[in-house]
Amino acid sequence: MRAALSAIEVLRPRGLSHALELIASEPQPVPLAGGTDLFVALNAGAEPRTRFLDLSPLAALRGIRSSREGVTIGSLTTFREIREHAGLRHLPALVAAAAEVGGWQIQNRATLGGNIANASPAGDALPVLLAHEARVKIASVRGEREIAIDRLFTGYRQLAIERDELIVSIHVPWPTRGAVALFRKVGTRRAQSISKVVFCGVLHVAGRGMERVRLAYGSMAPVPVRARAAENALEGSALPAPQGAGSPGSPDVSESSAAAARRALSKDLAPIDDIRSDRDYRMDIAGRLIEQLLRVAAFSPRR
Amino acid sequence: MSPRRAKVAVIHAPSSVGVSVHRVEGVDKVTGAARYLDDLVVPGVLHGRTVRSVVPRGRIRRVTLDPAFDWKGVVVADHRDIPGENVVALIANDQPLLAVDEVRHAEEPILLVAHENPERAEAARLAVKVEIEPLEAVLTVEDALARRALVHGDDNVFKEIVIARGDLERGFSDADLVIEGEYRSGHQEQLYIENNAMLAERTRDGGLFVRGSLQCPYYVHRALERMFALPAGKVRVLQTVTGGGFGGKEEYPSMIGGHAALLAWKSGRPVKIVYDRLEDIAATTKRHPAVSRLRAGVMRDGTLTALDFDLVMDGGAYETLTAVVLSRGAIHAAGPYRWPNVRIRARGVATNTPPNGAFRGFGAPQTQFALECHMDRIAAALGMDAVELRHRNAVRIGDVTPTGQVLKESVGARQVLERVAARSKWSAARREIERANAAAEVAERSARTVNGGRRLRRGLGVSLVYHGAGFTGSGEVRLASLAAMDLDRDGHPRVRVANTEIGQGTTTMFAQLAAEALRVPAEFVRIEDPDTGSVPDSGPTVASRTCMVVGGLVAECATAMRERLELFAERPIKGANDFAHVARRYLAARGALRIERRYRRPPGIEWDDASYRGDAYGVFSYASCAIEVEVDLDTCETRVVHVQTAQDIGKAIHPVLAAGQIEGGTLQGLGWALLEELRWKEGRVWNHQLTNYIIPTSADAPPIEVEIVEIPYSHGPHGAKGVGELPMDAPAPAVVAAIAHATGVAVSEIPVTPERLRRALREAGR
Repeated sequence: MRAALSAIEVLRPRGLSHALELIASEPQPVPLAGGTDLFVALNAGAEPRTRFLDLSPLAALRGIRSSREGVTIGSLTTFREIREHAGLRHLPALVAAAAEVGGWQIQNRATLGGNIANASPAGDALPVLLAHEARVKIASVRGEREIAIDRLFTGYRQLAIERDELIVSIHVPWPTRGAVALFRKVGTRRAQSISKVVFCGVLHVAGRGMERVRLAYGSMAPVPVRARAAENALEGSALPAPQGAGSPGSPDVSESSAAAARRALSKDLAPIDDIRSDRDYRMDIAGRLIEQLLRVAAFSPRR
Repeated sequence: MSPRRAKVAVIHAPSSVGVSVHRVEGVDKVTGAARYLDDLVVPGVLHGRTVRSVVPRGRIRRVTLDPAFDWKGVVVADHRDIPGENVVALIANDQPLLAVDEVRHAEEPILLVAHENPERAEAARLAVKVEIEPLEAVLTVEDALARRALVHGDDNVFKEIVIARGDLERGFSDADLVIEGEYRSGHQEQLYIENNAMLAERTRDGGLFVRGSLQCPYYVHRALERMFALPAGKVRVLQTVTGGGFGGKEEYPSMIGGHAALLAWKSGRPVKIVYDRLEDIAATTKRHPAVSRLRAGVMRDGTLTALDFDLVMDGGAYETLTAVVLSRGAIHAAGPYRWPNVRIRARGVATNTPPNGAFRGFGAPQTQFALECHMDRIAAALGMDAVELRHRNAVRIGDVTPTGQVLKESVGARQVLERVAARSKWSAARREIERANAAAEVAERSARTVNGGRRLRRGLGVSLVYHGAGFTGSGEVRLASLAAMDLDRDGHPRVRVANTEIGQGTTTMFAQLAAEALRVPAEFVRIEDPDTGSVPDSGPTVASRTCMVVGGLVAECATAMRERLELFAERPIKGANDFAHVARRYLAARGALRIERRYRRPPGIEWDDASYRGDAYGVFSYASCAIEVEVDLDTCETRVVHVQTAQDIGKAIHPVLAAGQIEGGTLQGLGWALLEELRWKEGRVWNHQLTNYIIPTSADAPPIEVEIVEIPYSHGPHGAKGVGELPMDAPAPAVVAAIAHATGVAVSEIPVTPERLRRALREAGR
């Protein structure tokens, strides 16, 4: 451990309101949830901050609650809980993302709120929340507010959250009936890996057409992003026909809209060469994942 | 899983060899009772830290201790404090313990600090300012050969070796086809679980006592003698429980041990240096990167006629072990095949990167990766099956290697290949995969998705390799290893050797070999700690030599001990209680009993260092792998589905441990083939963390089916040959071949990362 642990101060709140008081105090402490990102930085001596607010006593921030509109997930809910919760079967992409975060040990500690607060462009769950148009509830001593997830990430590791605010919960609306979702984490190995590209796509389908398309990426820009130009290129066009339907074997309209979506990605994404991958690979794979989403959709049971 | 394992349940009463007895040290490790270096509590200990160069090459202008920092209680040492020679003694003795006025690689140690509080020691490290005037650095093999800057001699070449046999021109003129290729492999980190760690103390008699995580106690011992100008008797080196080595603790412990000793020498206090993972990956040794250019001649029927092999390895900034790694790589470059005409030219070059060193396989994985990829290229050019081409040319008894070595016994090349072909159902499996791949392509073209929209292809590849056991050439003669056994006070037989348990099962294997000869249970045998104060120099724990060479000496000692005691008792000894009884009577009547045996060159083995001709090794072990992969054509990710391997190791003394060596080595080979890539930034290791230097996890480990083939070697104990390194040689080329089968594109550089495979597919127009 390169960080000097003897210099570290950890505050333990009695409850949420106490936590909000403490985080507003000077010097402002860093919220500590599962610690799975923070401890890596402390071990490497790369975390200069020394005052932390331990969120673990805040039971109110845990748990998963379903309603008619969607599901509300407490910010301290772990990926293990998300992975195993029966009520999330209509959000298979979120469950898939939770199952691919780190390994079992990481999933037991790491939280959904921590994944957001850490604001890594590679955060596994973030494209899922973006593609599902999640809303994030935030609290401070000044009160509560809600913010759409796509307005949250303002710059590299920067959030539209004030330093005295805490993430309370995440609301994910249920997808429309018959919607198709795909999550892909393209990494280097099958566990404990940080993604080269992470993707979530959701197709809301009406008849044979793609009524609403949501595509989101991680590790493809300084922040997790929605690919709006690519979404526009797909919206309104028809799904590819499965074999036997439509004209046999014809690639049909959506192949050209898929190509248009791939081209449009250059407006949406700005990947870089870094320690884990390179720009060319990332751009190419980003486009191919849209094609995979369309193949999955084409073969999904008709509604 | 393997048939070998199934057999181990049958225990023949007094027998130990061939039985998977409990590991000697297993309970301590599993219960946490084992004390690794960092677990040792030593009163008054200081914690040492190393100030290193941040540039790959330069002149040290000034070293300043920040005047604003509180230096109270901090011990500072640099090269001027070294009482003896400023050198880490090994072969060429060109590496300083601490830099003097120039640095030749990033992370080169310049200055040492220590404090009793590890946090203060770390703060002190950061309070040392080193000003270095950068010089032009040579960072790659290409830079070195192009003499971008001269960093060694007048050509940047540490060592050149040429091995030639037959008439190359004639061989190529006999060929119907001449095939060329170039293959590359990169650095690889050993990634033992326990980082490098040493503890040093001054002794009352003016000497040094150094303990730590290491493979070769006498290497550290001899290095300390030179650094501190001490006679051998004033130095004592002890191996503590060690969490893995893989070659990474062959030579580096002399460096870190020297640093700890220097701080202890200056301060008079015990000093511990324990690297964290970041420092260990950034600063310590790696596998040598290699570039191999091959030209091979072959006849239409698949008979090999000529091989011209040009090898360049990146040695890093100091020569250290490069000459011997290069030598082993060159000797293995032609693989286990008959080549009537062959020339191997090998050069080890200098670059301004941390010195590359010992790593499981020691050069042989690099050259055999290239050769095996080339064999597949030859097979493809001939339209011949990959197993058939190998089988046709695989060595048999009486065949001759490039150094002129006649293979006289224990040649399992064809057997391991046949076993792997049979167990993988090679031909049928290849056809079935091709049919499934074609069906997947048709399905995708008609927009009918399979596999959740993924476009997956499978492939099956094969490889055949060999690995010489023991030191190369006259190395074992020069080592002249000495092993001993004696009786402890309770009448237990005790093995005294300097060879180390580093997770591979050494102590258990020695106990078994001694027990077998003494006709007692293995757990009755005591194993002395590897401590240069109490064990003879039985040589280093490297080169797959420990069982075959040192194990053989232990078995001889044990046999002699039994004969001596039976002569004394005037009757045969029956079992452990009887042994202890006789032994105690012996001790009372005659005093101590100590038996020693020194290595003797087996008859008929000749080697000439000058001409590089003769018997490079007493014997070779052989291995074959059939590996099935699945490639995602969109993401270019490769998943290993299954591994079948057969390995001829002469005799498995402990079948479970031997299979464990094979499984572990295979997984390490898969990591090298697919995942493990050192990334560099301005001459420094960029990905020096476990989050970004990627090794396989258990989730990446495929089923590995191991078949142990036992073709005995007459000079190994119970027929045993080497097993430690062999498994590392085989996986990588089989993975490349399997990917080629899946995608139609043969990649020529490892690791085959998704990025690299995508580029290769794109270049091939796919």
